[in-house]
Amino acid sequence: MPERAEAESGSGPTPLSALSTVAGSLLTIASTFIGLTAVTFVIGRVMPVDPVLAIVGDRASQDVYDRVFLELGLDRPLYEQYWRYLMQLFRGDFGTSIMTAQPVLQDLIRFFPATLELATLATLVGVLAGVPLGVVAAVRQGRLTDHLVRIFGLFGYSVPIFWLGMVALLIFYGALGWLPGPGRIEVYYDGIVAPVTGFIVIDAAYAGEWEIVRNALSHLVLPVAILSTYALAYIARMTRSFMLDQLRQEYMLTARVKGLSERAVIWRHAFRNVLVQLITIIGLTYASLLEGSVLTETIFAWPGIGQYITHSLFNSDMNAVLGGTIVVGISFVGINMLSDLLYKMVDPRARA
Amino acid sequence: MLRINKTQMGLAAALAATLAWNAPAVAATPKDTLIMARDIGDIITFDPAEAFEFTTGELLTNIYDRLLMHEPDNLQELVGGVAESWEISDGGKTITFKIRPGLTFHSGNPVTADDVTFSLRRVVKLNKTPVFILSQFGWNADNVDDLVQTVDGRTRITVTEDLSPGLVLNALSATVGSVLDEKLVREHEQDGDLGYEWLKSNSAASGPYRLITWKANELVTLEAFPDYRHGAPATRRVIMRHVAESSAQRLLLEKGDIDIARGLTPDQVQGLANNPDVAVDDNPKSDIVYMAVNAEHPVLGKPEVWQALRHLADYSGMTSSFLNGQFKVHQSFWPSGLWAALDDNPFALDVDKARRILADAGVGGLEITLDTLNLEPYPRIAQSLQATMRQAGIEMDILTADGKTLWPKYRARRHDIILARWAPDYLDPHSNADSFAHNPDNRAEAKLTGKLAWRNAWADDDVNRQTEMARNALDLDERKDMYLQLQGMIQDRSPFVVMFQRNEQTARRSNVRGFVSGPNFDLVFYRNTTK
Repeated sequence: MPERAEAESGSGPTPLSALSTVAGSLLTIASTFIGLTAVTFVIGRVMPVDPVLAIVGDRASQDVYDRVFLELGLDRPLYEQYWRYLMQLFRGDFGTSIMTAQPVLQDLIRFFPATLELATLATLVGVLAGVPLGVVAAVRQGRLTDHLVRIFGLFGYSVPIFWLGMVALLIFYGALGWLPGPGRIEVYYDGIVAPVTGFIVIDAAYAGEWEIVRNALSHLVLPVAILSTYALAYIARMTRSFMLDQLRQEYMLTARVKGLSERAVIWRHAFRNVLVQLITIIGLTYASLLEGSVLTETIFAWPGIGQYITHSLFNSDMNAVLGGTIVVGISFVGINMLSDLLYKMVDPRARA
Repeated sequence: MLRINKTQMGLAAALAATLAWNAPAVAATPKDTLIMARDIGDIITFDPAEAFEFTTGELLTNIYDRLLMHEPDNLQELVGGVAESWEISDGGKTITFKIRPGLTFHSGNPVTADDVTFSLRRVVKLNKTPVFILSQFGWNADNVDDLVQTVDGRTRITVTEDLSPGLVLNALSATVGSVLDEKLVREHEQDGDLGYEWLKSNSAASGPYRLITWKANELVTLEAFPDYRHGAPATRRVIMRHVAESSAQRLLLEKGDIDIARGLTPDQVQGLANNPDVAVDDNPKSDIVYMAVNAEHPVLGKPEVWQALRHLADYSGMTSSFLNGQFKVHQSFWPSGLWAALDDNPFALDVDKARRILADAGVGGLEITLDTLNLEPYPRIAQSLQATMRQAGIEMDILTADGKTLWPKYRARRHDIILARWAPDYLDPHSNADSFAHNPDNRAEAKLTGKLAWRNAWADDDVNRQTEMARNALDLDERKDMYLQLQGMIQDRSPFVVMFQRNEQTARRSNVRGFVSGPNFDLVFYRNTTK
């Protein structure tokens, strides 16, 4: 039981252990950062695409080509190019994107909230619906509800998201006209609301533009629904599996013998014991949605970080690719650290 | 037993209310806004000294007035844009432009000869990709201040090369001839960059529209300039929306969420035939599709093989099937419908003839590769060529790639055969002749990578001479005859097999009128469009 574990663990973490935790986290961030940038940098340079032609176009004279080649520092050894890039990063300069002609940092501030918005809402839907469904399925194992949840889980986990997205667009936008088409907002509303947070719904509400709030919300429905299908299916499946493990434990019998209500047995005893595992699953799901929503973003013309990185790759825009990769990497590390923090909140044994 | 509690019921009700609130979400586009869908992924800058992409060329036409330009009501005739008139003197080497009085930039600054002089000098000094259009006049960063000057309130240019004045005037109608607001540009200059950084995503122009927003791979928004010299544009706002997928374009058009679709495939155009709310316009374009052989190849380098290849393309078979409506057969380097175009199409699929030519040349069991873009229709054209070549005993592998991978290979002469497209930079036959026919130095180290003839390692002294004579000819009729002859020479003796010319099919909502899409990629005009 969590309460007893807390009592037995003593007075909590010592200053030394706290310090080592912080040092460990910093080391993780630093090694992730170096590893990510190094691998992405090398991949970017060995790809059979020409970053110079991405700038000058295929009709450029050799004179123009050679000048840009030198300007980009491509005549330098690879390690020197990488070192220069790292030094630039430490000064807070991610470089300029070829594709957008803007500083990469500015682009990231613009594109990342779009992905964050989509991934967060999809994860929320996944958790709010997936966890109860998983619990219900476990409690009613072998019955119709369980079968339905399992079938849905299999469907959501195995059907390609791009296919689902296209079919959903054809039905709800093309045929029925219930929901708007691709895009984060109707294009003719673009530029009316000044970006403050980068989340259109919040910015429009802040500006009192309720028509734009409504429009932005309506554009969220389909992509969130599609993306959350995966999150929901995965979370429901895993919750069911974890709950089944707990429901077979002897302490469940003890709790029932003590005369606790079925609700208390399931939610206060069994469910609390699957929380740590669930936090891991939810964290992983959220992280994978943050970096893996490229297809959804492409189908729904959602200007997020996934699309940004993809377009940048196609355009040999390596500053943008590296910047996007760093953001995704940091998100991963951040979510992992948040998960660690949550473990400690729900399980006192993890605080030692 | 689990039951739905009040919180869960509340959540469900909130969800239902949100959906209900969102139900009437589909709306028509605003009356004063024209929304177009096309792939705008090629845009990297809005600076006329650097922009050289298809989409930017078109947008810049609607943002900047050029010194000389084509107008939507007469696309064949070159007329003054910012220039009211011009005088040619000194045997065609000096041209003096009188600037229209009373013109203003979007900023309110007056348009003067100094702005024109600044704009032309700026292109040469920045030395970006399109600079070759002006540097062919003999201009470079060191001499351009002397050769382009403001004299008595007029802009006087001096050409040091022996060029036809017609070619000079046509070249000045290219994007590099855009006239910039010097005062505004100077206000945004950083470290002497002549406004280069700022102009990537801003405009300093006097054309019918002002650039408001460019969000890469998302949209471009233009706003009408009410004081435009031809009067305020008919539509207040133009939005070009990035929709790369043609099926998505069709869906958006049919739902009324866009007014014009600019990238539908023949199948999709056919699918719109029964929709009364949509109309499709044919706009012949100057893009040509060609196949070119690397003359460095030990076997492919034989002129007999080039002759055989001309008979191994099923020209009419392709245009009547998967290219239907969007390409027509055209076999010379200068597009049909333009001045001095050769409209003869002497070649047709003739496998027996090709086989005989190959046998006479002692060529057999040939195994080669064909590189092309991974975009439709190129892979399908390549497949058709593969099938017909196999009938003549040539085994051809198709390699498709993105342009960023393909062009370096082509520029390094590492291909066997390439299938690609080409569009002129400006409406003068020299624009294409310089690329297809002119190669004064065929050595690998010469690296004349901008010229297609060099990329294919082919040079012919007669053809070079003919190209230069046509380029320099003063008499218009003589010049035209020379280009007709030159196109015949390329058909007969070059490693180029020009096959098709594009026809853009623009699908629009039937209430949209006045949209003009001219022959070249940049000659597209929005200002008369109504809906």
